[in-house]
Amino acid sequence: MALIELINLYQRYGERDILKNINLSIERGEVFALIGPTGSGKTTLLRLIDLIDRPASGKIRFDDADTDAPAAVRLDMRRRMAFVLQKPVVFNLSVYDNVACALRWRGIKGSRLKEKVNHIIDVVGMSDYRSRNARQLSGGEVQRVAIARAIALEPEVLLLDEPTANLDPLSAARIEELISSIIKSYAATIIMATHDLTQGQRLADRIGVLMNGELQQAGGARDVFASPRNREVAEFVGVENIIDGVIMSSEDKIVNIESAGRSIEAISDYAVGEAVCACIRPEDVTLALSRISSSARNSFEGEIKWLVSMGPLTRVELQCGFPLVAMVTKRSAEEMGLSKGKKVFATFKATAIHVIKRN
Amino acid sequence: MTELWHGLIKAIELIVTLDPEVIQVAGRSLRIAITSSLLASAICLPVASLIYFNRFRGKRFLISLIQTFYSVPTVAVGLFVFVFISRAGPLGWLGLLFSPTAIVIGQMVLVVPILLGLTISALSGVDRALIDTARSLGASRFQTALVTLREARFAVMAAVIMAFGRAISEVGISLMVGGNIRGFTRVITTAISLETSKGDIELSLALGIILISIALIINIILNRVQQR
Repeated sequence: MALIELINLYQRYGERDILKNINLSIERGEVFALIGPTGSGKTTLLRLIDLIDRPASGKIRFDDADTDAPAAVRLDMRRRMAFVLQKPVVFNLSVYDNVACALRWRGIKGSRLKEKVNHIIDVVGMSDYRSRNARQLSGGEVQRVAIARAIALEPEVLLLDEPTANLDPLSAARIEELISSIIKSYAATIIMATHDLTQGQRLADRIGVLMNGELQQAGGARDVFASPRNREVAEFVGVENIIDGVIMSSEDKIVNIESAGRSIEAISDYAVGEAVCACIRPEDVTLALSRISSSARNSFEGEIKWLVSMGPLTRVELQCGFPLVAMVTKRSAEEMGLSKGKKVFATFKATAIHVIKRN
Repeated sequence: MTELWHGLIKAIELIVTLDPEVIQVAGRSLRIAITSSLLASAICLPVASLIYFNRFRGKRFLISLIQTFYSVPTVAVGLFVFVFISRAGPLGWLGLLFSPTAIVIGQMVLVVPILLGLTISALSGVDRALIDTARSLGASRFQTALVTLREARFAVMAAVIMAFGRAISEVGISLMVGGNIRGFTRVITTAISLETSKGDIELSLALGIILISIALIINIILNRVQQR
């Protein structure tokens, strides 16, 4: 049974719908990453889950109980969770007292409190700052105090809002390392909002893509990245080749998508006449100087418009009637003498194409 | 001019030699003003938190109303309290008129708007994210209010000091409900007004210097607090 269940959830500020019809279940012990661009409603959703705000409509169930309950019941539920805000605020107290305060609110005191707080401060590597005023710390240190304050409560659910946003790369890496060690050593359910896709991929079991207040897709990280459900998700997860077309023929799920007078062969359930997008990852496109005969079903002649060297790889932008991006190794690019204006053949397999319906 | 000079020297003499009359009146002034501002704080801090943390109809209007009473004339408060505690008034049976308690009550009425208004604005000055943080860490409503007050402690302290300043410097209330009874309800301000009219400039000046010194000390403390 799911630990957290969101049912037809809406949130509205004034006239604007911030969240629209969110349905999501989160299992106990799961690490769930909520990804989406800034302003997509991630923070609003986390605030609802943490029971700080009440939804405009819809239901939130926590551990099989309705959260639309009197304040005292909601407080008991909230005390089983901890939320690290995007821009964490520390109290104008020492690091020790910052970590201790929420434990004191729960009636923990004496040697038990001291032991617990000191242990957690060690875990987040802030032992040298124990008695320093938390307001005098750097961004990364404040974030660590905020995380310490949250995990000291041993929450069943840990909510993290953009834990590494606003941090320099080094501090961000250390915070991510800390989160990953928390995931390993505490059996908490973690819900994390991030606009950093790769971070979501690295840390989470499951990913939900939130765009314009709607949960566009939820699933395993691989699923979301390999098979985005629609064009917006595809663009957001970084699919570079999204070619608009219409299905002209279909036979045994092998379809021909016509785009700019070219026909692309792919595998799809969609019927003839359907407006679709063909998504192809740049690394799945092979380049050759002449038409090669292979099992790959798609081969188009195109002209190189732009080349960018990216470390060991070269990113090649082509025009083959439709724009296409290919990623080849730098060595291949050199051996083939790829340059701007050169004609090449771009080849990709029908199975490398992910077809999505256009809105 | 020589008279003023002479009076000033005499006044300093009265202070330096710890003249019993001067010390008694100054001490009473301090006691009454401290009592009234602390009692008013004990009421106003929780009430201001209640107003700040709750959403209700007419909240903005209530806050504007409170701010309007910052500069209520002390004689108006004196009259209001007088009507309540005079023998024929609803609280007349308590026999409070012309007692230090009456002055304390009057001064409390005087400083309540200042304390409420300034405490509410002190709380509004606290970052909203801090209140969210407290709630997200499982603070109850009461604990959230305490944390917020603690964060606003310097601004709240400034409000209490302002209230004390207003209480110790008022004259209308002390005169009307205290009665300026020597050895019982005479405070610095009422003594100055009486002694001046009687022609005892030295005593008035001595008390005036003490009052200004208190104001100065209050201002220094206030400045220090606000710089924190």
